[in-house]
Amino acid sequence: MNASANNLPSRLDPFLRAEIEDLYARYSACVDSGHYEAWPGFFTEACTYKVIPRENHERGLPLATLAFESRAMLEDRVYGITQTLFHQPYYQRHSVSGILITEVTSSGIAVEANYLVIRTRSKALSEVFNTGRYIDRVVREDGSLRFAEKCCVFDSEMIPNSIIYPI
Amino acid sequence: MNDRTHSTAPLEWHPGGPSRVPYRTYVDPALHAIELERFFNHDHWAYVCLSCEIPNAGDFKRTWIGERQVIAVRDIDGTVSVLENHCAHRGAQFCQKDHGNATELVCPYHQWSYDLKGNLQGVPFLRGVKSNGRINGGMPGDFRKSDHGLTRLKVEEWNGVVFGSFDTAVAPLRDYLGPEITPWYERIFDGRSLTLLGYNRQRIPGNWKLMQENIKDPYHPGLLHTWFVTFGLWRADQKSSLVMDAHGRHAVMISSKNEGGKGDVTQGVTSFKENMTLKDARVLDVVPEPWWKGPTVTMLTLFPSVIIQQQVNSLSTRHIVPVGPDAFDFHWTHFGYAEDTPEMTRRRLRQANLFGPAGYVSADDGEVIEMQQAGFRQHPDYQTVSELGGRDIGSTDHNVSETLIRGMYGYYRKVMGV
Repeated sequence: MNASANNLPSRLDPFLRAEIEDLYARYSACVDSGHYEAWPGFFTEACTYKVIPRENHERGLPLATLAFESRAMLEDRVYGITQTLFHQPYYQRHSVSGILITEVTSSGIAVEANYLVIRTRSKALSEVFNTGRYIDRVVREDGSLRFAEKCCVFDSEMIPNSIIYPI
Repeated sequence: MNDRTHSTAPLEWHPGGPSRVPYRTYVDPALHAIELERFFNHDHWAYVCLSCEIPNAGDFKRTWIGERQVIAVRDIDGTVSVLENHCAHRGAQFCQKDHGNATELVCPYHQWSYDLKGNLQGVPFLRGVKSNGRINGGMPGDFRKSDHGLTRLKVEEWNGVVFGSFDTAVAPLRDYLGPEITPWYERIFDGRSLTLLGYNRQRIPGNWKLMQENIKDPYHPGLLHTWFVTFGLWRADQKSSLVMDAHGRHAVMISSKNEGGKGDVTQGVTSFKENMTLKDARVLDVVPEPWWKGPTVTMLTLFPSVIIQQQVNSLSTRHIVPVGPDAFDFHWTHFGYAEDTPEMTRRRLRQANLFGPAGYVSADDGEVIEMQQAGFRQHPDYQTVSELGGRDIGSTDHNVSETLIRGMYGYYRKVMGV
């Protein structure tokens, strides 16, 4: 990617960069800790959140494994995770790469990062669960950085049975 | 491994009939091998793909029938060939792309090439190599390219869906489905052009038959699935019917949604959430379509390989690909109709949040199937009990019955000779 062709300031404010990195670190800590009720708070009210197989993403097929279009839908998902979806409980552990800032415009900061999620069920071996790339748009809202878009494009298209918790 | 799963003793089936299924039916590798032979390699049709996945000449898609990998490819004459993915020369699974477009099929190992109907066309050094005035090598004089094509399956393309069979003597597809099932098939696939919305894939650590049973089981949806019972998408007090073909192998669960809420069927049901409301109800923005002609849900189980789903506005095929006795891959293909408005397409996609490996409803199914398989492995001599609605087998005008599971095992026992 030709960074200079995009709206990247020649030197991104290091404090802004650190703030974005902190957003990703806090996001991972949230979804790995089981505090799902805090998860929607990382998003804007009119956000989009998608977990989409790479094949659909690259072929322009619109189906996603999960596709939500508002913070309210994320809150409904939290209710599903905690109250309605029957599943074997598991730990998940996100490992997220350094961030790649691809564009800074008035509509937000385009950020990408690789991620790896390990699943560990009780008394079972840890296993690679889901791996892919976040393609996100981060905006400042009420003084805090939030995700206006988070798209989890996963390589691991053969899902090990089910995905319950947020990626 | 537990020796019991390898026992050569005859299966002990309950004298009462197919309502009791020995656990070993789900875990025994020897039985599994026979199932592949009798249900996937002979006498049966299997799902291959949707026509809209390979619309143009040369378009191909790689998929599976049973545990055998095949390539579905559309020729310039518009017909679809389904070819087994191994080179006739040295057996290499030569096609390594999931989909694409090709004018010929070429194995990279020795460059044997095939036309789009699987006929062998090119064999390097067929007549040998000229060197120093003599010819070295070459195939024997009696070598005929026509003897070495790819395995080509019998194919039928019916209103937008491609089916294939390794058995050239299999009955015509319409007869295979039978008059009870065909109207429900043609309700969804009435000849309208389809559009591909995308895929979901999951590996479920359970025997492949359990997925057929899951969608022949109207007992669980209103109990396991909070969303179904709470929002009235599937529960025991709905106007419903269960239909099966004359063999008991294929079935349709048909129902019409109601308003949900509290009632006899929610008494003591812990998954029912009386006060549950959605903060953003667009996920359940159901709009009836004229072609429904009544039912809001029809779930077709076409034995052995596919489930065809209409659950309100969500449409999909769910393809079952066995992976040994203890797992199967489950490939979901969501589709719509070419005539859909953008709003209807968006609605189908929103409702897809209920289904697939993360769906509000379907994620539960994969999880309980995994738990069943674990239970079966503990002691293969036990048996399941599927006796809701009695022990007999037949269609019903309600959904409080496990008759479809019994029907499937009546057929299973006949074909397997157990």
